Amino acid sequence: MHTTLAFLGQFGDGIDFIFHQRESRGGGVQVGGSEMLDLTWQHLKLSGAALGIATLVAVPVGLVLGHIRRFSFLAISVSNIGRAVPTLALLAFFAAYLGLGFGNVVFALTLLAIPPILTNTYIGVYQVDRDTVDAAHGMGMSDAQIVRRVELPLAMATIAGGVRTSAVNVIATATIAPLAGATSLGFPILNAQIYGPEGQIGAAIVVAVLAVAADVLLGLVQRAATPRGVRLEAEDRERRSFTMFRKRGVQTT
Amino acid sequence: MILELAQVEIHRRSTGGCVQNDGFCPDWIVHNLDRYVDPFREQVVLVVVSVAIGFVIASALALLAHRRRWLVGPIIGVTGVLYTIPSLAAFFLLQPITGRGSLTAIIALVAYTLLIIFRNVTTGLRGVPAEATDAGRGLGLTDNQLLWKVEVPLALPEIMAGLRIASTTTVGLATLAFFAGAGGLGERFVGSQIVFKSNVVVAGALCVLLAVALDLIILLVQRLLTPWTRARAT
Amino acid sequence: MRRNLLAVLVLVSLTAFAACGSDDNGDSNKGESSSGTKLAAIKNDPANKGKSVTIGSKNFTEEFILGNIYAQALKAAGYTVKTQFNLGSEQIAHKALQKGQIDAYPEYTSTALTSFFNVKIADAPKTASGSYAAAKKGWAKEGFTALAPTPFNDAQAVGMTKKEASSLGVKTISDLKPKESQIVFAGSPECKQRVDCLLGLQQTYKLKFKKFVPVDIAQRYKTADDGQAQLIEVFTTDGQLATGKYVVLVDDKHLFPPYNATLVVNSKKLSSLGPGVRTVVNQVQKGMTTRVMQELNSRVDIDKQEPKDVASEYLKETGLVR
Repeated sequence: MHTTLAFLGQFGDGIDFIFHQRESRGGGVQVGGSEMLDLTWQHLKLSGAALGIATLVAVPVGLVLGHIRRFSFLAISVSNIGRAVPTLALLAFFAAYLGLGFGNVVFALTLLAIPPILTNTYIGVYQVDRDTVDAAHGMGMSDAQIVRRVELPLAMATIAGGVRTSAVNVIATATIAPLAGATSLGFPILNAQIYGPEGQIGAAIVVAVLAVAADVLLGLVQRAATPRGVRLEAEDRERRSFTMFRKRGVQTT
Repeated sequence: MILELAQVEIHRRSTGGCVQNDGFCPDWIVHNLDRYVDPFREQVVLVVVSVAIGFVIASALALLAHRRRWLVGPIIGVTGVLYTIPSLAAFFLLQPITGRGSLTAIIALVAYTLLIIFRNVTTGLRGVPAEATDAGRGLGLTDNQLLWKVEVPLALPEIMAGLRIASTTTVGLATLAFFAGAGGLGERFVGSQIVFKSNVVVAGALCVLLAVALDLIILLVQRLLTPWTRARAT
Repeated sequence: MRRNLLAVLVLVSLTAFAACGSDDNGDSNKGESSSGTKLAAIKNDPANKGKSVTIGSKNFTEEFILGNIYAQALKAAGYTVKTQFNLGSEQIAHKALQKGQIDAYPEYTSTALTSFFNVKIADAPKTASGSYAAAKKGWAKEGFTALAPTPFNDAQAVGMTKKEASSLGVKTISDLKPKESQIVFAGSPECKQRVDCLLGLQQTYKLKFKKFVPVDIAQRYKTADDGQAQLIEVFTTDGQLATGKYVVLVDDKHLFPPYNATLVVNSKKLSSLGPGVRTVVNQVQKGMTTRVMQELNSRVDIDKQEPKDVASEYLKETGLVR
């Protein structure tokens, strides 16, 4: 019984930390409360930059490779390799070879975000119904037009799935950014001497909420991106098999 | 002027060799590999224990849901949330209950593997061809016998694939276990060590090697357990 | 009589000059061990057998080295030593000491005064002996004994790369004032909340930097090297200072008090452990000058050796452990 109360107590302290500023553990500065807003913004800046750049790089490459239906080994392997490299090791590698700081961390996070988006874009385009593509060819559409007007819209849901996976990965990894010299919500977690356990738990709660929120939001985007006819057909198929599993990629943090 | 008793050897510091400049120094690596042994061992234990426990729990859930389709949705929902919560955050959210140490790390790592393994076991079982189950029933097998003699063996490739994904990603997550107080290679990446190239390359390589080794071991086990797939491939 | 006195004086001065002359700066060759007399070896006292003591340490290089030196020295004297290093910052170490998790840990005099005993930085004693006396009193009130202070003073300070200092034309901390808007200051995360760091610089020197960047204590110099920050928090025994690439700015307003290290021990535990602890600590600290600490710190931070190995090297090279 006492343990349960204690758990609520510390957890409650963590929640309180998010909403009320207080003096730091060693005194002298104010932490918590509105500071969490600033830290969250820093965290989102890191994540957003990495995700944005990764999408800009990975989607075009995936579209091209998927359209020409070549290099599938490469497109799939990049995700397998990406899975085997721990995020901390990746961050550390670039901290050692490029240096510390916001820019270098964004670089490392971008590399982390690319594989799921690339692989999913490739698969999404690859899986577009061959007949549809042939019909488009027959209609006289150029390659670029086919990609833009046929394959991309039909692959959108799968691509969104890749972005969704990357978003959660990046938000999670941005938590350890302070080790490589960039501020984020991980800063309270890594500095208990200033923020205390309530700060650590408070920041952990915010990170978890951010990750789940991103997952839910992008899940909605994914749903919205599926053309209505395809969605109805897919839902019907889903009830019979388990393709709902295929929409998710694999997370790494 | 104080007479300095007992001088300690003062080394030249104006220039600097490979190590002093945080470079990649094969000599240093060869002489200091013993620093990585304990953290590596801790990491292996964390990963193997977590994946094993995760496998048992997720498989049990999948078998439970095998004949009760309505359970699948809720299980996916719960394991999905556990999957989405970043492990580092989970380590600290668990601290009020389980404190610092290996227990907290293992709980968080197990929670992460549940969705992956559950998904693959369930898909594997669902993917068993109807002909095989029909033939089994025709032979008079009970539900239990059908499950263990027909469905599970045929689902093995999919199950193993799930295990491989789960173990490679758990290796990555276990690197963070250091922050939960559970040791592991994560301790080699904090402080000034993170900018020392030799260190980062060794610790990172060990992580990748562990992931690849586990992947290959599980693949090997799969090949041994499903000789019929090998025959097909040849 | 007068001739004998003169002879003695000449002899003493000659020896003193010889000692000074043999103390080269960082550009000396490796393996320069001076003619210095070895310290008396630590004796294994059978009276200490079976007595157990737990030594803790905070979470940076010098603390690791000190903790290891004390631990290994006490072990050589016959005590059973347990260690709990890397506890964290001083708040965490202090709590561990109070809770009995550890029996002793090395703490700096002025750190104790400002962080635990509510002494304002401006009121802190400016002499090593005054600082130690005040700290000792504060610790005694909590039931702990602060043993004799080390010869070295690991003072808080601020520094820059030589290049940066010359390009900005600064020599003292007050020189920073006109340039403050250009300066990014990097320090340990605790620096933000410490009166003997950022807070003091803001209050005493009225400095308002462009930005304060919290970095891991071990990454400060890299941050300066990369140009990420112009000014960094430094400690006067930092190993990197021996490379000659950095300059410590003069504390013209005397903000930073002295920081000699003292091993703070639980008083009750100390009496049960016997006089051996004091003896060993005094013996071991004789060789701990600022120059020696810089050398030991650089072996860990720059040469990437393990603190426990550097600690045993210290004990061997000084002759404490033969």
